[in-house]
Amino acid sequence: MKKSQKKLRKSTVNNLINYAIVAAFYLVVTVMIQTGSATRHMKSMLVPICVAVILAVSLNLVIGFLGELSLGHAAFMSIGAYTGGLLSKFIANQFPQIPVAVRFPVSLLAGGILGAVFGALVCLVVLRLKGDYLAIVTLAFGEILRSIVINLEFTGGAAGLKGVPQDASFTYGIILVFITLFVIQNLVKSKHGRAIQALRDNTIAATSVGVNATRYKLIVFSLSAFFAGVAGVLYSHNYSILTAGTFDYNYSIEILVMVVLGGIGSIRGSVIAGALIVMLPEMLRSLQDYRMLIYAIVLIVMMIFTSNDTIKMYMAKYNPVNFVKNSMTAKKSQKEEN
Amino acid sequence: MSFLSNLISGLSLGSIYALIALGYTMVYGIAKMLNFAHGDVIMVGAFTVIVAVNSMGLPAVLGIVLSVLICVVMGVTIERIAYKPLRSSPPLSVLITAIGVSYFLQSLALIIFGSTQKSFPKVFNMEPVHLGELTIKGESIETLVVTTAIMIGLTLFINKTKMGKAMRAVSEDRAAAELMGISVNKTITVTFAIGSALASVAGLFFGATYGFIGPYTGSMPGIKAFVAAVFGGIGSIPGAMLGGILLGVIENLAKAYISTELSDAIVFGVLVLVLCLKPTGLLGKKINEKV
Amino acid sequence: MAVKPSERIMVPLPSHSIVPIEDMHKAPVLQTHQLGIDFGGLTAVNNLNLAIGPTEICGLIGPNGAGKTTVFNLLTNVYQPTRGTILLDGYDTKGKSCDQVSKMGIARTFQNIRLFGKMTVMDNVKIGMHNQLHTSLLSSVTHGFGYKQAEKKAYDKAKELLDFFGMADLRHHQAGSLPYGAQRRLEIVRALATNPKILLLDEPAAGMNPSETAELMENIRRIRDEFQIAVMLIEHDMNLVMGICEGICVLNYGEIIAKGTPDEIKANPKVIEAYLGKKADK
Repeated sequence: MKKSQKKLRKSTVNNLINYAIVAAFYLVVTVMIQTGSATRHMKSMLVPICVAVILAVSLNLVIGFLGELSLGHAAFMSIGAYTGGLLSKFIANQFPQIPVAVRFPVSLLAGGILGAVFGALVCLVVLRLKGDYLAIVTLAFGEILRSIVINLEFTGGAAGLKGVPQDASFTYGIILVFITLFVIQNLVKSKHGRAIQALRDNTIAATSVGVNATRYKLIVFSLSAFFAGVAGVLYSHNYSILTAGTFDYNYSIEILVMVVLGGIGSIRGSVIAGALIVMLPEMLRSLQDYRMLIYAIVLIVMMIFTSNDTIKMYMAKYNPVNFVKNSMTAKKSQKEEN
Repeated sequence: MSFLSNLISGLSLGSIYALIALGYTMVYGIAKMLNFAHGDVIMVGAFTVIVAVNSMGLPAVLGIVLSVLICVVMGVTIERIAYKPLRSSPPLSVLITAIGVSYFLQSLALIIFGSTQKSFPKVFNMEPVHLGELTIKGESIETLVVTTAIMIGLTLFINKTKMGKAMRAVSEDRAAAELMGISVNKTITVTFAIGSALASVAGLFFGATYGFIGPYTGSMPGIKAFVAAVFGGIGSIPGAMLGGILLGVIENLAKAYISTELSDAIVFGVLVLVLCLKPTGLLGKKINEKV
Repeated sequence: MAVKPSERIMVPLPSHSIVPIEDMHKAPVLQTHQLGIDFGGLTAVNNLNLAIGPTEICGLIGPNGAGKTTVFNLLTNVYQPTRGTILLDGYDTKGKSCDQVSKMGIARTFQNIRLFGKMTVMDNVKIGMHNQLHTSLLSSVTHGFGYKQAEKKAYDKAKELLDFFGMADLRHHQAGSLPYGAQRRLEIVRALATNPKILLLDEPAAGMNPSETAELMENIRRIRDEFQIAVMLIEHDMNLVMGICEGICVLNYGEIIAKGTPDEIKANPKVIEAYLGKKADK
C-alpha cells in the first residue's frame, strides 16, 4: 500500500513537472517582454509554439496511446481554423459590441467541437481498419477536405479566408496548452486511458475483458480532433489570413515529426519537441533549406534507434542514467547482504 | 474529346498506376509493409532521365537504362538501410520510417533540383494515330503496349520461375519459407529491385505523358497507386493491375465529366468507399488474425 | 430454439452431465444448442450441445485440429456462429460483441498468451475490472467526482486478486517482462477480474513442468471453490484433465463424440479410437 502511494505520487509528480515546464516558459517569456528584451521576431513565435504543442500532444494521444497513425491531423486543424475564423469574423461584423473575451472562447469551442465531429466521422469510416490502411484513409480524408475547401465559396477558395480578427494571444495559447495537458494527462491515467492502451497492446484481449473497442476509438479520435480544432482556431486568429494549402499532408507530417522526436507516448516529449520544431528553423536560419531533410532524417533515425532491439539493448547498456541506476541498485543489494 | 478518347487516355494513365501499384502490392505481400517512399522512386527515375538526356546528352535508350539501374540500386539500398533493421518491429515504426524515407527523397530532390519543374525530354517520337474521328496520342499507345508486356512478363516470372515461387512462399509464410531454405533477405531484395524497376518505368511514362517533373511529382501518383493497390486487393498482382487501370479510368472520366479540381477528391473517395464496403479489395483475400 | 435476446431461459441440466452433485437441479451457467460454424465450405464445429453447471469444472479435449479453440471463440463471440444458440446464464448471446459477452459473465485466457505487455501487472488486472469501475469520462478527465475512490477500490480489489495467486509482489513489474509461468497466471487473474460466471482456460498447462502443473490444478480448484464459478478448460495434459474435471467433452472433427465423467471417458472406445486410431482388422 505504501509503495502504491509512492507510485501514485511519482506519476502525479511527472504530470506536475509538465505543468511546471509550461508555467516556467510562460514566466520567462513574460518577464522578457516586460523588460523589453524580447525581439519582435521572438514574440511572433509564441502563439505558433502553443499551436504546435497542442497539436503534438493531441496527436500523441492517437499514436502513442491508441497505437494508430493518423495522417489527417492537419485536416482536423483546418476544420477548427475555418470554423473559428468564420464565426469570429461573423460575430465581429454583426455584433461588434460582443467583447473579445467572449468571442474568442466561443470560436475556440465551436472549432473544437466541429473538429471533434469530423474526427468521430472519420473514425466511423475507418472503424474496421487499422495500421497502414487507417493511416492512408486519414491521409485521403485530409486531401479530400482540402480540395473541397479550395472549391467552396464561403471559405475564400484558393485565395484564402481574409479578415479573421487577431484575437489570439500568448496568454490564451498557454491557457489552452494547460487545458490540453490537463485533459489528456488525466485521461491517460484513468480507467478509460487504461482501456485505450489495452487496445493498443492487444485488441483481442482487450475486448475479451469487456473493453468496447469502437467506443474508445471514437473517444480518442474525437478528443484528438477536438484539440486539433482548437489549435486551428488559435492559428487562424493569430495570422488573420487562412489558406487551405497550409493544412496539407506536409503539415500533418510536421506534427508527426514533433511526436516522433519527442518520443511516441511521451507527453513531455511532445511539449518540448513541439516548441523546438517551431523555434529551431527560426534560430538556425542557415539550415532553412535543409529543414525538410532534417525532419526526414529525424523520422528514420528515431524509429531505427527506438525500435530495433539490438540497438535498443546497446543504448540501454551505455545509457548514463541507467548506468548510474544499476550501480546504485548493485550497491544497495550489497548493503542488504551485509 | 469524345468518351472513347477519354477512356483511352484513362487506360494509359491507369496502366501507369498499375505499374506503380504492382510495386506496392509486391512489397506489401512479401515484406508486409507499406513502402510509402515507392512513389518517390518514380520521381527519382524521371529526374535521372532528365539529367542523362538533357544535361549529359546521352541517347534516350541509355537514359532509360540508367534510370532503371539507379532506381533498382536505390530501392535496394533503402530497404537495407532503413527497413531491414525494423523487420521485427511494430508496423507503426516501419510506416513512420517509410514516411521519413519518402520525405527524405523529396527534400533531397528539392535541394538538388530546386522547386521549379523541369521539362521532360522527348524520348518517344510516335505520331498520334487517327482512327476516323478518334485521335490517340502516341504516348498512350506506347504506354499501353509496354505496360501490358511488363505485366505479362511479371506474371510469368511470379508463376514460372524459381524466384517467383520463393516470393510466393515468403508472402504466404515467411518463417516456413526460411525453414525450407529460401533466403528471405534475398527474396525481399529482389522484390524491392523489381518494384523499383517498375516504378522507374512508370516514371518514364509519367514524364512522357505530362512533360514536367518536380520534387513532389511522385508523391501524388504514388498515393493514388496505393489506392489502386488497395482497390484491387493488396497483395494480389492481378488485383494491382485491375485496380490501377480502373482508377486511371475513373480519374480521367471524373476530370472530363465532373470537375478537374475535385478529381483527386473523387479518387480518394473511391478508396474510402472500397475500404468501407470491402476492406480486402476486389481480388484480395481475407486474412483473419488467429485467436 | 427461438429466443428473444433479452429473455432469460432457464432449462434444468440434462441428466447426463449432473456433475458435481451440488449443481443438480440448478440451471446450467452455459448451454449451447446445435451450435455450429462454417468457414467457407469447411464445417469447423457442428451440432455442439453443451451444458455446464454453475460450479462445474469441465474439460474439453480432443486431437489437434478438432476445433476446441474454435468452440471457445464461438462461446466468446470472437466468431459469430453459423447456426445454433448459446445461452449464457440463460441469456442468448446472439449478435453480441466480444465486450458485451464479457459483461454478461464469460471470461477467457488464450492459447498464445495475450497480455498488455507494455503495462504493469497491476494495470493488466485493473483493465480486467474495466466494467466494474464506474468512472465517468468527466471524472477521469478532471480526476475529481469520485475518481480517487474508484481507483482506490480498483487497486484494493486487484491486489486482493493478485494476492490470491501469490503475485502481489510483482504488481509493479511490466507484464511483458514476467517469466512464462507468471504470465499465464496473470492472464487467469485478469480474466477473473472481470467477475465472470464462467472461466474458459485455453491450454493453461501448456509449457509447464509437472510441479507447475500441480500448482495450476490446485489453483483451478481454488478458483471454483472460492469464487463459486464454472471453469471450462482445453488441455492436452491428461493427468490434469482427469485429475480435476468433473465432466469431460471429447471433440473430434468439430463434433462431440463423447461426454461423461473422467472414468467414463477413459473407458470409451470412441475416444481411444480418436486419439490412437482404429484397431487394425484382424
